[in-house]
Amino acid sequence: MCITCGCGGDGATFDAGSHDHSHDHHSHAPGVSASRIVEIEQDLLSKNNAFAENNRQRLAARGCFALNLVSSPGSGKTTLLVETIKRLQGRLAVSVIEGDQQTSQDAERIRATGAPALQINTGKGCHLDAHMVAHAMERIPVPEGGVLMIENVGNLVCPAAFDLGEACKVVVLSVTEGEDKPIKYPDMFAAASLMILNKCDLLPYLDFDVEAAIAFARRINPGLQVIQLSARSGDGMQEWLDWIEKGVVSAQATRPASGYVRVSGTSARFHR
Amino acid sequence: MHEVSLVESVLDLIEDSARREGFSKVKKVVLEIGQLANVEPEAMVFCFDVVTRGSLAEGAQLEMFPSPGLAWCTTCHNSVEIASRDMHCPLCGGYALQVTGGTDMRVKAIVVED
Ligand SMILES: Nc1nc2c(ncn2[C@@H]2O[C@H](COP(=O)(O)OP(=O)(O)O)[C@@H](O)[C@H]2O)c(=O)[nH]1
Ligand SMILES: [Mg+2]
Ligand SMILES: [Zn+2]
Repeated sequence: MCITCGCGGDGATFDAGSHDHSHDHHSHAPGVSASRIVEIEQDLLSKNNAFAENNRQRLAARGCFALNLVSSPGSGKTTLLVETIKRLQGRLAVSVIEGDQQTSQDAERIRATGAPALQINTGKGCHLDAHMVAHAMERIPVPEGGVLMIENVGNLVCPAAFDLGEACKVVVLSVTEGEDKPIKYPDMFAAASLMILNKCDLLPYLDFDVEAAIAFARRINPGLQVIQLSARSGDGMQEWLDWIEKGVVSAQATRPASGYVRVSGTSARFHR
Repeated sequence: MHEVSLVESVLDLIEDSARREGFSKVKKVVLEIGQLANVEPEAMVFCFDVVTRGSLAEGAQLEMFPSPGLAWCTTCHNSVEIASRDMHCPLCGGYALQVTGGTDMRVKAIVVED
């Protein structure tokens, strides 16, 4: 049984999210029982948020800086990760959790760099949730003093609502998508701490208005940080690498001082 | 369509409650959905019908009521009501708004039969 949630799964296959409901129809004799009201008063995301909090504590105990990369499909998340890992080699340990509906192509692209990667296939699911990530974190190294990159399913809507336990959501917007995306999909830009404007090498061929895109994004989220780069040419990558290193330093600084952290809801202990 | 997962969470919370309270049939589910929660009520109803099929909430009525979107305007220092995230302050016209309410989704109560 899994210590994270007691769900009984060994996590061997990761097409998670499919809760099978039996389709037997209950029959009840009408009129024999009285109705009553039961107060619930619980957030719909309360279970996800509890898993996310556990993940966050596990990450904190190892001083690991975790990022949740979100975007529409094709903005360049996997390319950015591959280029990032190459440049961090020998400086920071990076592990990657890849979320896609199908195939393990992205995890294979990451593994080709030498970094450990785990693919989660969500099947019909349009986002990763904290329970899937909890299991994934049992199966790949959570690098001490390093970085855990989580590439979410390509979708500018649904992943916004699901906390995975990350330190930050990073939204990747590529310049081929149009500058109005932040106001068309505001929740994602509201949930993110950093926006990466990718494929800037293509700007000379497009009429994409960089200033307008940034203004739209900051209209939704005034505190949003922005980095312009090209994962293809490498321009702007250094600013992103510096941003990551700063995050790692602060994850180290806020690491719990005690020898272990007791994670609520489980008996797991994490030594450092 | 994260409404599917949201409705699965609703059913999860109902099933937890059924174990505690010992009821076997749910007739009505009352949700509070924040105006800024990015949820389509119609999609919720559709998913609810599909997801609850064969469960103790099959055929239950789904009632949703909205809670208003609220924000703090950092320009004019007022708490204001907003209908979407892409809105300026109705008082001063500024965009520097911090959302303070209307993002929650809660199961408020259910009507059950034992
Ligand atoms: N021109 C250009 N193409 C890019 C850049 N980054 C990614 N791409 C291309 O965009 C396509 C989608 O990239 P991918 O990393 O698979 O996107 P993902 O779906 O967000 O993971 C691929 O053909 C990449 O080669 C970039 O900075 N510039
Ligand atoms: Mg990808
Ligand atoms: Zn104002």
